[in-house]
Amino acid sequence: MMAGKRRFSRAQRTTIVNGVICFLLVLAVLQLWLLTATMNAFLGGDSSIVGPAFLASAVCLLLGAGLLRYI
Amino acid sequence: MTYPRDEAEPSTGADKVSTGALPDPRLDDASRSGLTGATTRDRFDANRDPDDVSRAPDPHDELAPPAWREDFPIDWPKDEFVARREFAKFMVLTSCAFVAGQGWIAAQQLVRGRRSEPLTELKIAALDELPLGGAKTFNYPGEHDRCILVRLPDGELVAFSQLCTHLSCAVIPDVEQGVFVCPCHDGYFDLRTGRNIAGPPPRPLPRVELRTAADGVYAVGIHERTVA
Repeated sequence: MMAGKRRFSRAQRTTIVNGVICFLLVLAVLQLWLLTATMNAFLGGDSSIVGPAFLASAVCLLLGAGLLRYI
Repeated sequence: MTYPRDEAEPSTGADKVSTGALPDPRLDDASRSGLTGATTRDRFDANRDPDDVSRAPDPHDELAPPAWREDFPIDWPKDEFVARREFAKFMVLTSCAFVAGQGWIAAQQLVRGRRSEPLTELKIAALDELPLGGAKTFNYPGEHDRCILVRLPDGELVAFSQLCTHLSCAVIPDVEQGVFVCPCHDGYFDLRTGRNIAGPPPRPLPRVELRTAADGVYAVGIHERTVA
């Protein structure tokens, strides 16, 4: 039965999607900050943060991609 | 309770009227206002989520809706959900772009590490060539890397890359004010240290390491930095 398959109502699903979008926006802003800070450090001759920043950005991507599975 | 929608064969509205299916009272719920007009009462199935009820243009689609209908819904509430989901996908795509950017920087770092060779010394001026407050441009370490040598009023020699760290315009020394000025966007750097002191430049000017010998002034290295 269709009703058995649906765990959430439309309003609940919309709320969940809005929450996911907010989280994705925060992740994107964090990645943007990471990219600009890394670029600034790299151009300034400091390459020590390039690797950790790349990993952190990749983790943000994985988090976002994981959230997509729920919507 | 059996409804025409559950039958194997697709049904029409006339069928439902003949079976005497009662309209579901949930149709009158206020929360369904967005669905008004997309569904008629006689086609509503009581064992289905009221929010998911939609009447496809083709009656055959109602029994076995095609997969693409999920992405092209008829009702506004469903469409809003799809729009939000697509926006979320776009945000993840943007996230991919940021990771790609980080990967590009990491690749550049690897390339830079493999190419790192000790810089050669380059004679850039004779000892008495520059008067107090005088300046001279030169190229170091490459032929396209513009740098500038300045003799400060107290006699000290300093040299920096001439490219502004904002957008690579050539900076101009203003010895009286004790600054390098970038005329493109009004960026200012300290003349003695190369520190970015005003305007949009995000980093200090790269400093050229100097060695003073009896026969002149030599550039021996370049020091990029994020803080002066």
